[in-house]
Amino acid sequence: MKIKLLALTLLLGGVSLFAQDYFPKNDGVKTENNNYTAFTNAKIYVTPTQVIENGTLLIQNGKVVQVGKSVSIPKNTVVENLNGKSIYPSFIDVFSDFGVELPKRAAGGGRSAQYEPEREGFYWNDHVMPENSAINSFSYDSKKADELRKAGFGTVNAHIQDGIARGTGLLVALNDEGSEAQRILSDKSAQYFSFSKSIAKRQSYPGSLMGAMALLRQMYYDMDWYSKGNVDTKDRSLEALIANKGLTQIFAAGDNGNVVRADKVGDIFGIQYAILGGGDEYQRIDDIKATNAKLILPLNFPDAYDVSNPYEANYIALKDMRHWNLAPSNPKVLAENGIEFSITLHDLKSPKDLKEKLMKAITYGLPKTKALEALTTVPAAILGKSNEIGSLQPGSYANFLITSGGIFDKGTVLYENWVQGSKNIIQSMDLVDIRGDYNLAAGGSTFTVTVTGDIDKPKVEVKKGDEKLDAKLEYASDWLNLSFTEDGETSYRMVAHAMPGSETITGNMVLPTGNEAKATLTKTKAFEEKSEDDETMSPELVELTYPNVGYGYKTKPKQETILFKNATVWTGESILENTDVLVKNGKISKVGKDLRASGATVVDATGKHLTAGVIDEHSHIAALAINEGGHNSSAEVRMKDVIDPTDMDIYRNLAGGVTTIQLLHGSANPIGGRSAILRLKWGENADGLIFPNSPKFIKFALGENVKQSNWGSNSRFPQTRMGVEQVYTDYFQRAKEYDAKKKSGQPYRYDEEMETLAEILNGERFISCHSYVQSEINMMMKVAEKFNFRVNTFTHILEGYKVADKMAEHGVGGSTFSDWWAYKYEVNDAIPYNAAIMASQGVTVAINSDDAEMSRRLNQEAGKTVKYGGVSELEAWKMVTLNPAKLLHLDDRVGSIEEGKDADLVLWSDHPLSVYAKAEKTLIEGKVYFDLEKDKMLRESVKKERNKLIGMMLNEKKKGGKTRTPVQNKKERFECETE
Amino acid sequence: MKKYLIAIAIIFGATLNAQQTPAPPQSEQVAIIGATAHVGNGGVIENCTIIFVDGKITAIGADLMATTIGTMIDAKGKHVYPGFIAPAKSLGLVEVDAVRASDDQDEIGEMIPHVRSIIAYNAESKVVESMRPNGVLLGQATPQGGTISGTSSIVQFDAWNWEDAAVKTDDGIHMNWPSFFRRGRWWLGEARGFVPNKDYDEQVGKIKTFFQNSSAYGKATEKVKNLPFAAMQGLFDGSKRLYIHADGEKEMTDAVIMAKNAGVTHVVIVGGYHANKIADFLKSNNVAVLVGRTHSLPQYDDDDYDFTYKLPKLLVDAGLLVGLQNEDAANFQTRNMAFYAGQTVAQGLDKETALKLLTSNTAKILGIDDRYGTLEVGKSATLFISEGDALDMRTNKISKAYIDGRDVSLETHQTELWHRYMGKYEREKAGQ
Repeated sequence: MKIKLLALTLLLGGVSLFAQDYFPKNDGVKTENNNYTAFTNAKIYVTPTQVIENGTLLIQNGKVVQVGKSVSIPKNTVVENLNGKSIYPSFIDVFSDFGVELPKRAAGGGRSAQYEPEREGFYWNDHVMPENSAINSFSYDSKKADELRKAGFGTVNAHIQDGIARGTGLLVALNDEGSEAQRILSDKSAQYFSFSKSIAKRQSYPGSLMGAMALLRQMYYDMDWYSKGNVDTKDRSLEALIANKGLTQIFAAGDNGNVVRADKVGDIFGIQYAILGGGDEYQRIDDIKATNAKLILPLNFPDAYDVSNPYEANYIALKDMRHWNLAPSNPKVLAENGIEFSITLHDLKSPKDLKEKLMKAITYGLPKTKALEALTTVPAAILGKSNEIGSLQPGSYANFLITSGGIFDKGTVLYENWVQGSKNIIQSMDLVDIRGDYNLAAGGSTFTVTVTGDIDKPKVEVKKGDEKLDAKLEYASDWLNLSFTEDGETSYRMVAHAMPGSETITGNMVLPTGNEAKATLTKTKAFEEKSEDDETMSPELVELTYPNVGYGYKTKPKQETILFKNATVWTGESILENTDVLVKNGKISKVGKDLRASGATVVDATGKHLTAGVIDEHSHIAALAINEGGHNSSAEVRMKDVIDPTDMDIYRNLAGGVTTIQLLHGSANPIGGRSAILRLKWGENADGLIFPNSPKFIKFALGENVKQSNWGSNSRFPQTRMGVEQVYTDYFQRAKEYDAKKKSGQPYRYDEEMETLAEILNGERFISCHSYVQSEINMMMKVAEKFNFRVNTFTHILEGYKVADKMAEHGVGGSTFSDWWAYKYEVNDAIPYNAAIMASQGVTVAINSDDAEMSRRLNQEAGKTVKYGGVSELEAWKMVTLNPAKLLHLDDRVGSIEEGKDADLVLWSDHPLSVYAKAEKTLIEGKVYFDLEKDKMLRESVKKERNKLIGMMLNEKKKGGKTRTPVQNKKERFECETE
Repeated sequence: MKKYLIAIAIIFGATLNAQQTPAPPQSEQVAIIGATAHVGNGGVIENCTIIFVDGKITAIGADLMATTIGTMIDAKGKHVYPGFIAPAKSLGLVEVDAVRASDDQDEIGEMIPHVRSIIAYNAESKVVESMRPNGVLLGQATPQGGTISGTSSIVQFDAWNWEDAAVKTDDGIHMNWPSFFRRGRWWLGEARGFVPNKDYDEQVGKIKTFFQNSSAYGKATEKVKNLPFAAMQGLFDGSKRLYIHADGEKEMTDAVIMAKNAGVTHVVIVGGYHANKIADFLKSNNVAVLVGRTHSLPQYDDDDYDFTYKLPKLLVDAGLLVGLQNEDAANFQTRNMAFYAGQTVAQGLDKETALKLLTSNTAKILGIDDRYGTLEVGKSATLFISEGDALDMRTNKISKAYIDGRDVSLETHQTELWHRYMGKYEREKAGQ
């Protein structure tokens, strides 16, 4: 194809302007064109901020020679007088797949635990392919180039959009005339990364977002280790990574959360990525700003939902309606916050859509200068090519646009898009504008002719008196064919050539009689573009909340001094009637009778119960992923990497009195990931949810899940409980050796997985181990004892009652379900008396949820231990407060009402172990994060706002705006076994 | 302590049996004296005496004097309730969810009304047995899956075999109505998430055709036996109920209209998440609702956090006949039925009305209210004694339960293990 094109160019042009001068030439004589071209009388945007009125642009050999008000024009210059038209640098897209062949999806289903054999000699993970180079699969696509030029682009930066480390991209000018030698501006323009696996590869690791993050971290650690000459074998992936270090590093993140995640990976290794956003950055603008990253922004503003069917409209969540409303303001918000961004065509259906989206962004407040920068100087800067592209400074490539006026204005015509000095006509500048009202006299009758529409595609209306006739107009290259019919049969056909500057158009007309006659269109009125009032109206935006979903807060809760009067107070030791509790500076300041405090908000708690906040030792809410099951150990992954602060279950948990959770990895593998301990501070960002200075935990798992008993795979080790023990022994032995080597001062390969396991051996990290049957529980304790540490918590621990004595002796706690059983074989002997029996043998017992529904009623689940096994009410209550706090090593800060502890409190309408109790207020560090009264108001405002947005979308449809089918974006709920 | 040792003795004697032995028929009069009787129809009788003979309640009231024959139970300060009824569950049809070999709840086929649950009902299920100590004494063994899943039967939870268990055989046909929204088939270019089901009308059309054919089949004088069509006849003559599992306004409306047009006499909605929005329509069509468990999450992000907690109350307030079910929960959860009802009390439903959702209302909906669901003279003595308020886990503690007057065991596989291991630790402590 390339060769053909080149041949065509040579054939047609006779000369190639850009022939490489040392190439032999056998098809003619050597020709060189050193002439200049000058564009005069133009408004020239040298850069978005440097604008020359009435200026001249002088180019030669594909580059800008000079630009300015007074430019001396050499004699061998072709001069084009632009008569007040505008010149802009043409656009650049840094995130494109132009001309790059994308890999095909791996045939057949299934994932493999191992890498593929052809990866030998490369990095151990199939999804890390820094050795890939887009240039190797590049084929210039002139059809696509034409589409891009019509949208204003002159240069694009393409890469293979597949895999986690994607290799290098190439920068190509959209110059059909040139050869590869001219238009490829760089064959290693930038290095690309993402969190998404290759579609062409089968290796199952990483199977999660957190796994992808861990993999990237380890990849960089390994790069460092390799670069220092510590590896005997050859790894072409790492070598490529080392070679590409100096390039621009671009990360395809794709939404506001991932922008922050990508930046955090970079921060560890001193890499500042330019990051592909998702169009939702406005929701967390402070976090985005804090990354200091330059963004690459898609203008993927969603279409309105078609809400004309109310049943269907019910399914759409407020957050999705809001995003429709607010997304077009995203570029403006970024600009306002001083965040540099470039605009990409990525995520748009067609390059044609760009202008409409840009105009929309501008209507929503994006300054035009910023818009232009985002398409020119910023992408050039991201690529480190500011001297070559993105502006019209002397020395830059002559990549520019000629327009009839402001490039982002409605009605502006893009005439020409010059790339490397090659002219591409989008629409002829010379085309005579024939729009206007005319009189036409023909065959003894007089007609009125009105021409409207676009210059190159005019529309016509022909009238005789008041009667509208059936008329047709074709117009191209100044030639017009006009035909119309009177009475359905008598037809008039006219052919004419329009002359520039003339008020009349004269041609020949075939009359109904068949005779030909001269006919003249005489202009009576000039054409006027109709201004649309809508455009000038500033759009109505709904208010952002934290988080930006229904029931989000408009302002974050503030710390208050609160005095609870006359409550039944549950301390760790006793239940005190008619007692007051003073909350001050986020702490429980005083517990006693008849307390007073000036300036405190007084809450009458007569007849109510005040307790510490509920703590769920085993939760999977507020997470974007739960299992990294690609390997049988995933100690390298961290739950804190995948926190989702927008999860509605956070709010619902608060409404059930839950204040602290341990966000655990799932149970897909014997050694899971590192936990995150969260406080449910609704409205905070991911980092703000993390319990400050919380102890380090990791999830382990035993039994059917890690053996993969209940699903297909029979290939991953272990498949039996026997194998599970060997996994632990193997990993701990390796960790021990790793730690010894590290402590000896010898050089060692930094391994996040081993680092984590060594922390366990050193007593710095605690294990929460998913467990069911007694044999495996016993085994786990024996393995730990062999390696001189103790297991901190057995979670689920359904047969704990069978080995409660051994557990007490080992010193491990038990965090169990109140009454779950019979859902799989290993819970056949699970009994609801488990908590009571373990507690009776001196085990610290907690009741946990592992379930987003049950977690919001853990108080009731604790109540069940009174029923099953006769636990005292105070002890039962401790199973969801103080005991889990102890298991999490947080009992000095939370878990009971004691002076000096954090004010994580719940005010209950009734006895907290009762099914009749409602949480009325839930506080964390003295801030009210849930309030039953406020909830009522939020319900109303959610209803109102939904209604308002539905009205706006109906309006949008009425106006003829695009709509799309309603979608319900249901959150995937996780439990341990979610793969 | 003595009691405790006896318990252990019994347990040790019984450990070879996986299940408890069903109780023999009532042989002598039983009188429960001085209890707070929760009649199940909204009424409460304080200091109540309940007498039953041969499995039937013969007397109930505050001013009764029991003759001192048979068993006299002093229930002062205690509470008596009619046995709770668990509709729309596959209890006894699957033992361990993850073990396929133990799963008999879902036969293949889309329209299989002729498939009957009763013959697969495992009267010796350990999961079923664990219902009794929580007062759940009756249930509707219900097949799952497909469009028309099959025919259910109502059973009592203390039996030797399925014939023994059957309270009402082949009581109704269960149908899963198609969803108007379904998960987007993104591989066909639909959006991810839930999108309008393009095949909805076609799917509904198939159901209509099936009902029309079933009805026509019934009218034919000479016929070649068609098992599915034959099984449907009870719907048209009123001997069987049609249980339509549906949640959305549109789905429920379409389903009820279809059923009525087809000539179905008794229609019950199972699920009914949005039944509150079409309560008048349901009421005017005499459609009862077996509403989903209160202990579930709201299905929509913007719903009130307590929507599922209060839905039964909304429906009761709208004047509908409402019962509770938990078809989407694991079977073992059915023992928590009482607390699903308790949850509605926190939402403002009074306790006796909440109780009806598990007793008289459910009995009416299932068509067994002539025998079950209330503590009334002439009704079956299927009841239990709780130490405290049975709707609250804090006080639900059941000391006695009777099914048809039979004194059923409250021991289970689970209590046996409890006693066995507590016994172990006691022995170790005693230094044995």
